[in-house]
Amino acid sequence: MGATGVPAGAASVAVPDGPVARTSAPAPARQQELLRLLRQDCGSCHGMRLTGGLGPALTPEALSARPEAGLVATIVAGRPGTAMPPWRRFLSEAEAQWLVVRLVSGDVETVRD
Amino acid sequence: MIEAARRRPLACGNAFRPESRLRGVEPSLRLPRTEPGSGAARCRIPGAELAATLLVALAFACAPATPASAQTLRGTGDLGVVIERATGRVQVVDTSAKSSLATIAGLGDLSHASVVFSRDGRYAFVFGRDGGLTKIDLLEQKIARRVLQAGNSIGGAISQDGRVVAAQNYTPGGVRLFDAATLEPLAEIRAAPGLDGTPSKVVGLADAPGQRFVASLFDAGEIWVIDASDPRAPKVEKFTGIGRQPYDGFVTPDGRWYIAGLFGEDGLALLDLWHPERGVRRILDRYGKGEEKLPVYKMPHLRGWAIAAGYAYLPAIGRNEVLVVDTRDWNEVARVPVAGQPVFAIARPDARQVWVNFAFPDNGKVQVIDTETRSVAKTLEPGKAVLHLEFTPRGEAVWISARDDHKVVVYDTATLRPIATLAADSPSGIFFTTRAARMGF
Ligand code: HEC
Repeated sequence: MGATGVPAGAASVAVPDGPVARTSAPAPARQQELLRLLRQDCGSCHGMRLTGGLGPALTPEALSARPEAGLVATIVAGRPGTAMPPWRRFLSEAEAQWLVVRLVSGDVETVRD
Repeated sequence: MIEAARRRPLACGNAFRPESRLRGVEPSLRLPRTEPGSGAARCRIPGAELAATLLVALAFACAPATPASAQTLRGTGDLGVVIERATGRVQVVDTSAKSSLATIAGLGDLSHASVVFSRDGRYAFVFGRDGGLTKIDLLEQKIARRVLQAGNSIGGAISQDGRVVAAQNYTPGGVRLFDAATLEPLAEIRAAPGLDGTPSKVVGLADAPGQRFVASLFDAGEIWVIDASDPRAPKVEKFTGIGRQPYDGFVTPDGRWYIAGLFGEDGLALLDLWHPERGVRRILDRYGKGEEKLPVYKMPHLRGWAIAAGYAYLPAIGRNEVLVVDTRDWNEVARVPVAGQPVFAIARPDARQVWVNFAFPDNGKVQVIDTETRSVAKTLEPGKAVLHLEFTPRGEAVWISARDDHKVVVYDTATLRPIATLAADSPSGIFFTTRAARMGF
Protein backbone atom coordinates (compact mmCIF):
# COMPACT_ATOMS: atom_id res chain seq x y z
CA MET A 1 0.00 0.00 0.00
CA GLY A 2 3.02 2.21 -0.13
CA ALA A 3 2.78 3.04 3.54
CA THR A 4 5.99 4.05 5.19
CA GLY A 5 5.23 2.32 8.46
CA VAL A 6 5.36 3.79 11.90
CA PRO A 7 8.80 3.47 13.43
CA ALA A 8 9.04 1.55 16.66
CA GLY A 9 8.76 3.95 19.56
CA ALA A 10 5.79 5.66 18.05
CA ALA A 11 6.56 8.94 19.80
CA SER A 12 8.64 9.88 16.80
CA VAL A 13 5.71 9.64 14.38
CA ALA A 14 5.90 12.53 11.98
CA VAL A 15 2.66 14.47 11.90
CA PRO A 16 1.86 15.26 8.29
CA ASP A 17 1.22 18.84 7.29
CA GLY A 18 -2.36 19.86 6.71
CA PRO A 19 -5.55 19.77 8.68
CA VAL A 20 -4.20 17.49 11.36
CA ALA A 21 -1.79 20.20 12.34
CA ARG A 22 -4.80 22.32 13.23
CA THR A 23 -6.19 19.75 15.59
CA SER A 24 -3.97 18.10 18.13
CA ALA A 25 -2.79 14.65 17.11
CA PRO A 26 -3.81 11.83 19.43
CA ALA A 27 -1.21 10.58 21.91
CA PRO A 28 1.11 7.93 20.44
CA ALA A 29 -0.50 5.00 22.24
CA ARG A 30 -3.94 6.15 21.10
CA GLN A 31 -2.63 6.49 17.55
CA GLN A 32 -1.70 2.83 17.61
CA GLU A 33 -5.14 1.95 18.94
CA LEU A 34 -6.80 3.93 16.18
CA LEU A 35 -4.68 2.37 13.45
CA ARG A 36 -5.42 -1.01 14.88
CA LEU A 37 -9.15 -0.28 14.96
CA LEU A 38 -8.86 0.86 11.35
CA ARG A 39 -7.22 -2.29 10.09
CA GLN A 40 -9.10 -4.79 12.19
CA ASP A 41 -12.57 -3.43 12.83
CA CYS A 42 -13.04 -1.07 9.91
CA GLY A 43 -11.21 -3.79 8.04
CA SER A 44 -14.03 -6.27 8.59
CA CYS A 45 -15.98 -4.30 5.98
CA HIS A 46 -13.28 -2.35 4.14
CA GLY A 47 -10.72 -5.16 4.09
CA MET A 48 -7.76 -5.54 6.43
CA ARG A 49 -5.61 -3.90 3.77
CA LEU A 50 -8.39 -1.38 3.16
CA THR A 51 -8.69 -2.48 -0.43
CA GLY A 52 -12.44 -2.86 -0.09
CA GLY A 53 -14.98 -5.46 0.89
CA LEU A 54 -18.62 -4.89 1.66
CA GLY A 55 -17.58 -1.24 2.04
CA PRO A 56 -15.52 0.60 -0.60
CA ALA A 57 -11.72 0.77 -0.71
CA LEU A 58 -10.21 3.36 1.63
CA THR A 59 -6.96 3.67 -0.26
CA PRO A 60 -5.42 7.06 -1.17
CA GLU A 61 -6.43 6.53 -4.81
CA ALA A 62 -10.03 5.83 -3.83
CA LEU A 63 -10.29 8.76 -1.44
CA SER A 64 -8.29 11.45 -3.21
CA ALA A 65 -11.32 13.06 -4.85
CA ARG A 66 -13.45 13.02 -1.70
CA PRO A 67 -13.78 16.16 0.44
CA GLU A 68 -12.12 15.48 3.76
CA ALA A 69 -14.91 16.93 5.88
CA GLY A 70 -17.38 14.54 4.29
CA LEU A 71 -15.20 11.56 5.08
CA VAL A 72 -14.85 12.66 8.69
CA ALA A 73 -18.62 13.08 8.95
CA THR A 74 -19.14 9.63 7.42
CA ILE A 75 -16.89 8.03 10.01
CA VAL A 76 -18.40 9.84 12.98
CA ALA A 77 -22.06 9.65 12.00
CA GLY A 78 -22.17 6.74 9.57
CA ARG A 79 -24.31 6.77 6.44
CA PRO A 80 -27.93 5.95 7.14
CA GLY A 81 -29.44 3.50 4.69
CA THR A 82 -26.05 1.89 4.04
CA ALA A 83 -23.97 -0.58 6.01
CA MET A 84 -21.59 2.17 7.22
CA PRO A 85 -22.25 2.52 10.97
CA PRO A 86 -21.56 5.60 13.12
CA TRP A 87 -18.32 5.37 15.12
CA ARG A 88 -18.80 8.30 17.49
CA ARG A 89 -19.09 5.93 20.43
CA PHE A 90 -15.51 4.84 19.85
CA LEU A 91 -13.69 7.87 18.50
CA SER A 92 -13.89 11.66 18.60
CA GLU A 93 -14.23 13.92 15.58
CA ALA A 94 -10.59 15.01 15.96
CA GLU A 95 -9.52 11.35 15.96
CA ALA A 96 -11.65 10.67 12.87
CA GLN A 97 -9.96 13.60 11.18
CA TRP A 98 -6.54 12.28 12.12
CA LEU A 99 -7.55 8.90 10.62
CA VAL A 100 -8.76 10.51 7.41
CA VAL A 101 -5.42 12.29 6.97
CA ARG A 102 -3.62 9.00 7.48
CA LEU A 103 -5.96 7.25 5.05
CA VAL A 104 -5.52 9.87 2.36
CA SER A 105 -1.74 9.71 2.68
CA GLY A 106 -1.78 5.90 2.84
CA ASP A 107 0.18 5.94 6.08
CA VAL A 108 -1.79 3.36 8.04
CA GLU A 109 0.70 0.72 9.11
CA THR A 110 0.69 -0.21 12.75
CA VAL A 111 3.77 -1.20 14.69
CA ARG A 112 2.37 -4.68 15.16
CA ASP A 113 -0.96 -5.93 13.85
CA MET B 1 1.20 -34.04 -19.67
CA ILE B 2 4.21 -34.41 -17.46
CA GLU B 3 6.24 -32.57 -20.04
CA ALA B 4 3.80 -29.68 -20.00
CA ALA B 5 3.85 -29.51 -16.26
CA ARG B 6 7.62 -29.31 -16.25
CA ARG B 7 7.62 -26.39 -18.59
CA ARG B 8 5.12 -24.57 -16.45
CA PRO B 9 6.27 -25.27 -12.94
CA LEU B 10 3.76 -22.97 -11.33
CA ALA B 11 1.30 -25.81 -11.45
CA CYS B 12 3.41 -27.93 -9.12
CA GLY B 13 4.12 -27.64 -5.47
CA ASN B 14 7.35 -26.02 -4.44
CA ALA B 15 8.24 -24.22 -7.61
CA PHE B 16 5.08 -22.21 -7.41
CA ARG B 17 5.24 -18.44 -7.81
CA PRO B 18 2.52 -17.08 -5.59
CA GLU B 19 1.79 -13.86 -7.43
CA SER B 20 1.51 -15.36 -10.88
CA ARG B 21 -1.88 -14.48 -12.25
CA LEU B 22 -3.63 -17.39 -13.83
CA ARG B 23 -3.88 -17.01 -17.55
CA GLY B 24 -5.53 -19.67 -19.61
CA VAL B 25 -5.57 -23.23 -18.54
CA GLU B 26 -3.11 -25.14 -16.46
CA PRO B 27 -2.35 -28.58 -17.78
CA SER B 28 -4.14 -31.15 -15.74
CA LEU B 29 -1.83 -33.56 -14.04
CA ARG B 30 -3.53 -36.88 -13.60
CA LEU B 31 -0.69 -38.27 -11.54
CA PRO B 32 -1.09 -36.41 -8.31
CA ARG B 33 1.35 -38.55 -6.38
CA THR B 34 4.16 -37.49 -8.66
CA GLU B 35 3.37 -33.81 -8.42
CA PRO B 36 5.23 -32.71 -5.33
CA GLY B 37 8.23 -30.55 -5.86
CA SER B 38 11.31 -32.02 -7.37
CA GLY B 39 9.60 -35.33 -7.90
CA ALA B 40 7.48 -34.08 -10.75
CA ALA B 41 10.32 -33.49 -13.16
CA ARG B 42 11.97 -36.79 -12.57
CA CYS B 43 8.98 -39.09 -12.65
CA ARG B 44 8.60 -39.86 -16.31
CA ILE B 45 5.83 -42.36 -16.49
CA PRO B 46 4.78 -43.50 -19.92
CA GLY B 47 0.99 -43.56 -20.18
CA ALA B 48 -1.16 -42.07 -17.51
CA GLU B 49 -3.27 -45.10 -16.68
CA LEU B 50 -1.38 -46.85 -13.92
CA ALA B 51 -2.66 -48.83 -11.02
CA ALA B 52 -2.81 -46.86 -7.83
CA THR B 53 -0.44 -49.16 -6.03
CA LEU B 54 2.16 -48.74 -8.70
CA LEU B 55 1.70 -44.99 -8.55
CA VAL B 56 2.36 -44.89 -4.86
CA ALA B 57 5.43 -47.06 -5.25
CA LEU B 58 6.75 -44.84 -8.01
CA ALA B 59 6.09 -41.73 -6.06
CA PHE B 60 8.22 -42.99 -3.23
CA ALA B 61 10.90 -44.14 -5.59
CA CYS B 62 10.99 -40.88 -7.50
CA ALA B 63 10.71 -38.40 -4.69
CA PRO B 64 13.48 -38.98 -2.19
CA ALA B 65 12.61 -35.64 -0.63
CA THR B 66 9.20 -36.89 0.47
CA PRO B 67 8.36 -35.14 3.74
CA ALA B 68 8.32 -37.25 6.86
CA SER B 69 4.57 -36.78 7.17
CA ALA B 70 3.94 -38.73 3.99
CA GLN B 71 6.02 -41.66 5.13
CA THR B 72 3.72 -42.43 8.03
CA LEU B 73 0.35 -43.27 6.59
CA ARG B 74 -2.49 -41.38 8.19
CA GLY B 75 -6.03 -40.22 7.49
CA THR B 76 -7.20 -36.62 7.52
CA GLY B 77 -10.44 -36.96 9.50
CA ASP B 78 -8.98 -35.23 12.53
CA LEU B 79 -7.11 -32.53 10.65
CA GLY B 80 -8.02 -28.95 9.93
CA VAL B 81 -6.63 -25.52 9.20
CA VAL B 82 -6.37 -22.30 11.19
CA ILE B 83 -6.11 -19.07 9.22
CA GLU B 84 -3.45 -16.58 10.34
CA ARG B 85 -5.07 -13.58 8.76
CA ALA B 86 -2.44 -10.89 9.15
CA THR B 87 0.47 -12.85 7.75
CA GLY B 88 -1.17 -14.81 4.95
CA ARG B 89 -0.42 -18.18 6.50
CA VAL B 90 -2.39 -21.21 7.57
CA GLN B 91 -1.59 -23.76 10.22
CA VAL B 92 -2.44 -27.40 9.65
CA VAL B 93 -3.76 -28.72 12.95
CA ASP B 94 -4.51 -32.10 14.46
CA THR B 95 -7.64 -32.13 16.61
CA SER B 96 -6.78 -35.44 18.29
CA ALA B 97 -3.34 -34.35 19.43
CA LYS B 98 -4.56 -30.75 19.87
CA SER B 99 -1.43 -29.60 18.15
CA SER B 100 -0.19 -27.74 15.12
CA LEU B 101 1.51 -29.88 12.49
CA ALA B 102 2.78 -27.27 10.07
CA THR B 103 2.55 -23.66 8.98
CA ILE B 104 2.13 -22.89 5.29
CA ALA B 105 2.96 -19.39 4.06
CA GLY B 106 2.36 -17.43 0.90
CA LEU B 107 -1.42 -17.31 0.72
CA GLY B 108 -1.78 -13.55 0.30
CA ASP B 109 -4.43 -11.43 2.05
CA LEU B 110 -6.35 -13.77 4.31
CA SER B 111 -8.62 -11.26 6.02
CA HIS B 112 -12.06 -12.80 5.69
CA ALA B 113 -10.61 -16.05 4.37
CA SER B 114 -12.78 -19.12 4.20
CA VAL B 115 -12.13 -22.75 3.41
CA VAL B 116 -13.83 -25.77 1.84
CA PHE B 117 -12.43 -29.29 1.63
CA SER B 118 -12.10 -31.86 -1.11
CA ARG B 119 -14.37 -34.75 -0.37
CA ASP B 120 -11.49 -37.09 0.35
CA GLY B 121 -10.56 -34.68 3.10
CA ARG B 122 -7.03 -34.32 1.82
CA TYR B 123 -7.12 -30.86 0.27
CA ALA B 124 -8.23 -27.53 1.70
CA PHE B 125 -9.29 -24.81 -0.74
CA VAL B 126 -8.55 -21.44 0.83
CA PHE B 127 -10.31 -18.36 -0.57
CA GLY B 128 -8.43 -15.14 0.23
CA ARG B 129 -9.63 -11.56 0.23
CA ASP B 130 -7.27 -10.69 -2.63
CA GLY B 131 -8.91 -13.23 -4.92
CA GLY B 132 -6.30 -15.90 -4.25
CA LEU B 133 -7.59 -19.48 -4.37
CA THR B 134 -5.06 -21.85 -2.84
CA LYS B 135 -5.31 -25.61 -2.72
CA ILE B 136 -3.44 -26.99 0.24
CA ASP B 137 -2.39 -30.59 0.63
CA LEU B 138 -2.95 -31.43 4.29
CA LEU B 139 -0.80 -34.57 4.09
CA GLU B 140 2.16 -33.09 2.25
CA GLN B 141 1.54 -29.87 4.19
CA LYS B 142 2.21 -27.56 1.32
CA ILE B 143 0.54 -25.58 -1.41
CA ALA B 144 -0.55 -27.93 -4.19
CA ARG B 145 -1.86 -25.22 -6.48
CA ARG B 146 -2.71 -21.56 -6.37
CA VAL B 147 -4.41 -19.09 -8.68
CA LEU B 148 -5.39 -15.45 -8.40
CA GLN B 149 -8.93 -15.53 -9.66
CA ALA B 150 -10.42 -12.13 -8.82
CA GLY B 151 -9.58 -8.73 -7.36
CA ASN B 152 -11.59 -9.11 -4.17
CA SER B 153 -13.19 -12.28 -2.91
CA ILE B 154 -14.71 -13.56 0.31
CA GLY B 155 -15.33 -17.24 0.01
CA GLY B 156 -16.50 -20.22 -1.91
CA ALA B 157 -18.11 -23.62 -2.01
CA ILE B 158 -17.53 -27.08 -3.44
CA SER B 159 -20.05 -29.01 -5.52
CA GLN B 160 -22.01 -32.04 -4.38
CA ASP B 161 -19.79 -34.38 -6.40
CA GLY B 162 -16.63 -32.63 -5.23
CA ARG B 163 -15.44 -31.82 -8.74
CA VAL B 164 -16.22 -28.13 -9.00
CA VAL B 165 -15.03 -25.35 -6.72
CA ALA B 166 -16.95 -22.07 -6.85
CA ALA B 167 -15.61 -18.72 -5.69
CA GLN B 168 -17.83 -15.78 -4.74
CA ASN B 169 -16.34 -12.46 -5.65
CA TYR B 170 -16.85 -8.80 -4.79
CA THR B 171 -14.70 -7.46 -7.64
CA PRO B 172 -15.53 -8.24 -10.28
CA GLY B 173 -18.86 -9.17 -8.71
CA GLY B 174 -19.77 -12.71 -9.66
CA VAL B 175 -19.12 -16.41 -9.26
CA ARG B 176 -16.32 -18.34 -10.91
CA LEU B 177 -16.18 -22.09 -11.28
CA PHE B 178 -12.96 -24.14 -11.18
CA ASP B 179 -11.95 -27.73 -11.68
CA ALA B 180 -11.31 -28.96 -8.14
CA ALA B 181 -8.43 -31.16 -9.29
CA THR B 182 -6.49 -28.63 -11.33
CA LEU B 183 -8.03 -25.22 -10.46
CA GLU B 184 -8.52 -24.80 -14.18
CA PRO B 185 -11.18 -22.10 -14.71
CA LEU B 186 -14.41 -23.53 -16.11
CA ALA B 187 -16.92 -20.68 -16.18
CA GLU B 188 -17.52 -17.15 -15.03
CA ILE B 189 -20.92 -15.87 -14.03
CA ARG B 190 -21.14 -12.09 -13.81
CA ALA B 191 -23.53 -10.76 -11.19
CA ALA B 192 -26.38 -8.41 -12.06
CA PRO B 193 -25.48 -4.78 -11.45
CA GLY B 194 -26.43 -2.80 -8.35
CA LEU B 195 -27.46 0.86 -8.33
CA ASP B 196 -24.01 2.11 -9.31
CA GLY B 197 -24.03 -0.01 -12.45
CA THR B 198 -21.16 -2.31 -11.49
CA PRO B 199 -21.70 -6.04 -10.96
CA SER B 200 -23.13 -6.77 -7.55
CA LYS B 201 -21.03 -8.19 -4.73
CA VAL B 202 -21.82 -11.86 -4.26
CA VAL B 203 -22.46 -13.18 -0.75
CA GLY B 204 -23.82 -16.32 0.85
CA LEU B 205 -22.60 -18.83 -1.72
CA ALA B 206 -23.51 -22.40 -0.76
CA ASP B 207 -23.63 -25.80 -2.42
CA ALA B 208 -26.96 -27.54 -2.82
CA PRO B 209 -28.08 -30.98 -4.01
CA GLY B 210 -28.26 -31.54 -7.75
CA GLN B 211 -24.86 -30.04 -8.51
CA ARG B 212 -26.22 -26.62 -7.70
CA PHE B 213 -24.80 -23.54 -6.04
CA VAL B 214 -26.94 -20.81 -4.51
CA ALA B 215 -25.77 -17.24 -3.94
CA SER B 216 -27.14 -13.80 -3.08
CA LEU B 217 -26.38 -10.47 -4.70
CA PHE B 218 -25.80 -7.77 -2.07
CA ASP B 219 -26.29 -4.74 -4.30
CA ALA B 220 -28.93 -6.10 -6.66
CA GLY B 221 -31.07 -7.87 -4.05
CA GLU B 222 -31.33 -11.18 -5.88
CA ILE B 223 -30.84 -14.90 -5.21
CA TRP B 224 -29.29 -16.96 -7.98
CA VAL B 225 -29.45 -20.73 -8.28
CA ILE B 226 -26.60 -22.01 -10.43
CA ASP B 227 -26.88 -25.47 -11.95
CA ALA B 228 -23.32 -26.62 -12.54
CA SER B 229 -24.15 -30.08 -13.93
CA ASP B 230 -22.24 -28.92 -16.97
CA PRO B 231 -19.69 -26.72 -15.22
CA ARG B 232 -18.45 -25.17 -18.45
CA ALA B 233 -21.97 -24.03 -19.29
CA PRO B 234 -23.77 -23.42 -15.99
CA LYS B 235 -27.45 -22.53 -16.02
CA VAL B 236 -28.61 -19.71 -13.77
CA GLU B 237 -32.08 -19.30 -12.35
CA LYS B 238 -32.61 -15.78 -10.98
CA PHE B 239 -34.93 -14.64 -8.23
CA THR B 240 -35.21 -10.86 -8.22
CA GLY B 241 -36.64 -8.47 -5.66
CA ILE B 242 -35.90 -10.81 -2.77
CA GLY B 243 -35.19 -7.93 -0.35
CA ARG B 244 -32.63 -5.17 0.13
CA GLN B 245 -28.96 -5.94 0.77
CA PRO B 246 -28.78 -9.66 1.49
CA TYR B 247 -25.53 -9.91 3.50
CA ASP B 248 -25.07 -13.69 3.79
CA GLY B 249 -26.91 -16.91 3.19
CA PHE B 250 -26.83 -20.60 4.04
CA VAL B 251 -28.29 -23.95 3.10
CA THR B 252 -29.92 -26.10 5.79
CA PRO B 253 -28.13 -29.35 6.65
CA ASP B 254 -30.61 -31.39 4.59
CA GLY B 255 -29.92 -29.22 1.56
CA ARG B 256 -33.55 -28.23 1.13
CA TRP B 257 -33.76 -24.59 2.21
CA TYR B 258 -31.64 -21.60 1.29
CA ILE B 259 -31.94 -18.62 3.60
CA ALA B 260 -30.47 -15.17 3.04
CA GLY B 261 -30.25 -12.58 5.82
CA LEU B 262 -31.24 -9.04 4.83
CA PHE B 263 -29.43 -5.95 6.02
CA GLY B 264 -31.56 -3.34 4.27
CA GLU B 265 -34.94 -4.47 5.57
CA ASP B 266 -36.58 -6.72 8.13
CA GLY B 267 -36.66 -10.48 7.92
CA LEU B 268 -34.90 -13.13 5.87
CA ALA B 269 -35.45 -14.47 2.35
CA LEU B 270 -36.31 -18.18 2.09
CA LEU B 271 -36.09 -20.40 -0.98
CA ASP B 272 -37.34 -23.99 -1.06
CA LEU B 273 -34.82 -25.83 -3.24
CA TRP B 274 -37.26 -28.70 -3.65
CA HIS B 275 -39.68 -26.21 -5.19
CA PRO B 276 -37.81 -23.26 -6.62
CA GLU B 277 -40.83 -22.61 -8.82
CA ARG B 278 -42.66 -21.41 -5.71
CA GLY B 279 -40.25 -18.50 -5.49
CA VAL B 280 -38.57 -16.71 -2.61
CA ARG B 281 -40.63 -15.84 0.40
CA ARG B 282 -39.99 -13.54 3.33
CA ILE B 283 -39.80 -14.98 6.81
CA LEU B 284 -39.50 -13.32 10.23
CA ASP B 285 -40.47 -10.01 8.69
CA ARG B 286 -42.01 -8.90 11.92
CA TYR B 287 -38.93 -9.34 14.02
CA GLY B 288 -37.65 -5.95 14.94
CA LYS B 289 -40.40 -4.04 13.12
CA GLY B 290 -40.54 -0.50 14.31
CA GLU B 291 -37.76 -1.03 16.84
CA GLU B 292 -34.61 1.02 16.55
CA LYS B 293 -31.75 -1.17 15.33
CA LEU B 294 -28.33 -0.87 16.92
CA PRO B 295 -25.46 0.16 14.66
CA VAL B 296 -23.97 -2.97 13.09
CA TYR B 297 -20.19 -3.02 13.40
CA LYS B 298 -19.80 -6.39 11.79
CA MET B 299 -22.14 -8.39 9.59
CA PRO B 300 -23.32 -11.69 11.11
CA HIS B 301 -22.29 -14.90 9.40
CA LEU B 302 -24.99 -17.38 8.60
CA ARG B 303 -22.97 -20.21 7.16
CA GLY B 304 -22.11 -21.63 10.53
CA TRP B 305 -25.82 -22.35 10.92
CA ALA B 306 -27.25 -23.88 14.01
CA ILE B 307 -30.17 -26.18 13.47
CA ALA B 308 -30.96 -27.91 16.73
CA ALA B 309 -33.87 -30.33 17.15
CA GLY B 310 -35.97 -28.73 14.43
CA TYR B 311 -35.19 -25.17 15.42
CA ALA B 312 -32.83 -22.77 13.70
CA TYR B 313 -30.77 -20.44 15.89
CA LEU B 314 -29.99 -17.34 13.89
CA PRO B 315 -27.95 -14.28 14.79
CA ALA B 316 -30.28 -11.26 14.79
CA ILE B 317 -28.91 -8.28 12.92
CA GLY B 318 -28.70 -4.98 14.79
CA ARG B 319 -29.79 -6.45 18.09
CA ASN B 320 -28.32 -8.40 20.96
CA GLU B 321 -30.37 -11.51 20.38
CA VAL B 322 -30.31 -14.96 18.87
CA LEU B 323 -33.58 -15.80 17.12
CA VAL B 324 -35.10 -19.23 17.49
CA VAL B 325 -37.12 -20.30 14.47
CA ASP B 326 -39.27 -23.40 13.95
CA THR B 327 -37.97 -24.97 10.73
CA ARG B 328 -41.37 -26.61 9.99
CA ASP B 329 -43.18 -23.33 9.39
CA TRP B 330 -40.34 -20.78 9.71
CA ASN B 331 -42.04 -18.84 12.46
CA GLU B 332 -40.14 -17.24 15.29
CA VAL B 333 -40.70 -19.10 18.55
CA ALA B 334 -38.26 -17.38 20.90
CA ARG B 335 -35.45 -14.88 21.22
CA VAL B 336 -32.46 -15.48 23.44
CA PRO B 337 -30.95 -12.27 24.84
CA VAL B 338 -27.16 -12.39 24.54
CA ALA B 339 -24.12 -10.29 25.40
CA GLY B 340 -23.76 -8.44 22.11
CA GLN B 341 -24.58 -8.63 18.42
CA PRO B 342 -24.02 -12.25 17.44
CA VAL B 343 -21.68 -13.03 14.54
CA PHE B 344 -21.68 -16.83 14.55
CA ALA B 345 -24.27 -19.06 16.25
CA ILE B 346 -23.11 -22.65 15.86
CA ALA B 347 -24.66 -25.81 17.26
CA ARG B 348 -22.56 -28.49 18.89
CA PRO B 349 -22.94 -31.55 16.65
CA ASP B 350 -25.36 -33.16 19.10
CA ALA B 351 -27.37 -29.91 19.09
CA ARG B 352 -27.64 -29.64 22.86
CA GLN B 353 -25.68 -26.39 22.89
CA VAL B 354 -25.38 -23.40 20.58
CA TRP B 355 -22.19 -21.37 20.91
CA VAL B 356 -22.24 -17.69 20.00
CA ASN B 357 -19.55 -15.08 19.43
CA PHE B 358 -20.03 -11.34 19.02
CA ALA B 359 -19.24 -8.28 16.94
CA PHE B 360 -16.97 -5.48 18.08
CA PRO B 361 -16.99 -4.19 20.82
CA ASP B 362 -18.29 -7.30 22.59
CA ASN B 363 -15.92 -9.65 20.80
CA GLY B 364 -14.07 -10.80 23.91
CA LYS B 365 -16.96 -13.04 24.93
CA VAL B 366 -18.48 -16.33 23.90
CA GLN B 367 -21.82 -17.51 25.21
CA VAL B 368 -23.16 -21.02 25.40
CA ILE B 369 -26.92 -21.38 24.90
CA ASP B 370 -28.63 -24.44 26.35
CA THR B 371 -31.08 -25.46 23.61
CA GLU B 372 -33.37 -27.16 26.09
CA THR B 373 -34.00 -24.05 28.19
CA ARG B 374 -33.16 -21.61 25.37
CA SER B 375 -31.11 -19.49 27.70
CA VAL B 376 -27.46 -18.67 28.18
CA ALA B 377 -25.84 -21.37 30.30
CA LYS B 378 -22.43 -19.78 30.53
CA THR B 379 -20.44 -16.75 29.41
CA LEU B 380 -16.81 -17.40 28.58
CA GLU B 381 -13.93 -15.03 27.94
CA PRO B 382 -11.52 -16.98 25.78
CA GLY B 383 -9.42 -13.96 24.79
CA LYS B 384 -9.41 -10.68 22.89
CA ALA B 385 -11.27 -10.43 19.57
CA VAL B 386 -12.84 -13.85 19.21
CA LEU B 387 -13.42 -14.32 15.50
CA HIS B 388 -14.50 -17.90 14.97
CA LEU B 389 -15.21 -21.25 16.54
CA GLU B 390 -15.26 -24.79 15.21
CA PHE B 391 -16.35 -28.04 16.82
CA THR B 392 -14.40 -31.26 16.56
CA PRO B 393 -16.22 -33.88 14.46
CA ARG B 394 -18.40 -35.16 17.27
CA GLY B 395 -18.29 -32.09 19.42
CA GLU B 396 -16.44 -33.07 22.58
CA ALA B 397 -14.32 -29.98 22.07
CA VAL B 398 -14.56 -26.61 20.37
CA TRP B 399 -11.66 -24.54 19.05
CA ILE B 400 -11.94 -20.77 19.44
CA SER B 401 -9.70 -18.17 17.81
CA ALA B 402 -8.75 -15.03 19.77
CA ARG B 403 -7.18 -12.75 17.19
CA ASP B 404 -5.69 -10.08 19.44
CA ASP B 405 -4.30 -12.56 21.95
CA HIS B 406 -2.70 -14.53 19.13
CA LYS B 407 -4.01 -17.83 20.34
CA VAL B 408 -6.51 -20.59 19.72
CA VAL B 409 -8.18 -21.94 22.84
CA VAL B 410 -9.69 -25.42 22.94
CA TYR B 411 -12.64 -25.90 25.30
CA ASP B 412 -14.10 -29.11 26.62
CA THR B 413 -17.80 -28.71 25.75
CA ALA B 414 -18.98 -30.80 28.69
CA THR B 415 -17.12 -28.93 31.42
CA LEU B 416 -16.95 -25.62 29.48
CA ARG B 417 -13.32 -25.33 30.60
CA PRO B 418 -10.25 -24.64 28.45
CA ILE B 419 -8.15 -27.75 27.92
CA ALA B 420 -5.46 -26.55 25.51
CA THR B 421 -4.04 -23.41 23.98
CA LEU B 422 -2.19 -23.10 20.67
CA ALA B 423 -0.17 -20.09 19.61
CA ALA B 424 -1.25 -18.53 16.32
CA ASP B 425 -0.56 -15.17 14.68
CA SER B 426 -3.85 -13.18 14.51
CA PRO B 427 -5.93 -16.32 14.04
CA SER B 428 -9.32 -15.99 12.38
CA GLY B 429 -11.19 -18.86 10.73
CA ILE B 430 -10.85 -22.45 11.97
CA PHE B 431 -11.95 -25.20 9.58
CA PHE B 432 -11.94 -28.95 10.19
CA THR B 433 -12.15 -31.62 7.51
CA THR B 434 -15.54 -32.81 8.78
CA ARG B 435 -16.86 -30.05 6.55
CA ALA B 436 -15.89 -32.17 3.54
CA ALA B 437 -18.92 -34.37 4.10
CA ARG B 438 -21.47 -31.72 5.05
CA MET B 439 -23.85 -29.97 2.70
CA GLY B 440 -23.66 -26.22 2.78
CA PHE B 441 -20.02 -26.24 3.87
C1 HEC C 1 -20.33 -2.95 8.84
C2 HEC C 1 -19.53 -2.53 7.71
C3 HEC C 1 -18.63 -1.32 7.85
C4 HEC C 1 -17.73 -1.06 8.86
C5 HEC C 1 -17.38 -1.93 10.06
C6 HEC C 1 -17.09 0.19 8.51
N1 HEC C 1 -17.59 0.67 7.33
FE1 HEC C 1 -17.04 2.39 6.40
N2 HEC C 1 -18.41 2.04 4.93
C7 HEC C 1 -19.19 0.92 4.83
C8 HEC C 1 -20.01 1.03 3.64
C9 HEC C 1 -21.02 -0.01 3.15
C10 HEC C 1 -19.69 2.25 3.04
C11 HEC C 1 -20.28 2.84 1.76
C12 HEC C 1 -21.49 3.63 2.11
C13 HEC C 1 -22.19 4.15 0.89
O1 HEC C 1 -22.73 3.31 0.14
O2 HEC C 1 -22.21 5.37 0.70
C14 HEC C 1 -18.68 2.87 3.89
C15 HEC C 1 -18.10 4.11 3.63
C16 HEC C 1 -17.03 4.63 4.33
C17 HEC C 1 -16.34 5.85 3.98
C18 HEC C 1 -16.65 6.75 2.81
C19 HEC C 1 -15.87 6.28 1.62
C20 HEC C 1 -16.21 7.04 0.38
O3 HEC C 1 -15.61 6.70 -0.64
O4 HEC C 1 -17.08 7.92 0.40
C21 HEC C 1 -15.33 6.02 4.89
C22 HEC C 1 -14.31 7.14 4.94
C23 HEC C 1 -15.42 4.92 5.81
N3 HEC C 1 -16.45 4.10 5.44
C24 HEC C 1 -14.57 4.75 6.88
C25 HEC C 1 -14.72 3.75 7.83
C26 HEC C 1 -13.92 3.68 9.03
C27 HEC C 1 -12.79 4.62 9.40
C28 HEC C 1 -14.38 2.61 9.72
C29 HEC C 1 -13.91 2.10 11.09
C30 HEC C 1 -13.83 3.08 12.15
C31 HEC C 1 -15.45 1.99 8.93
N4 HEC C 1 -15.63 2.72 7.80
C32 HEC C 1 -16.12 0.81 9.27
C33 HEC C 1 -19.24 -0.15 5.71
C34 HEC C 1 -18.52 -0.23 6.89
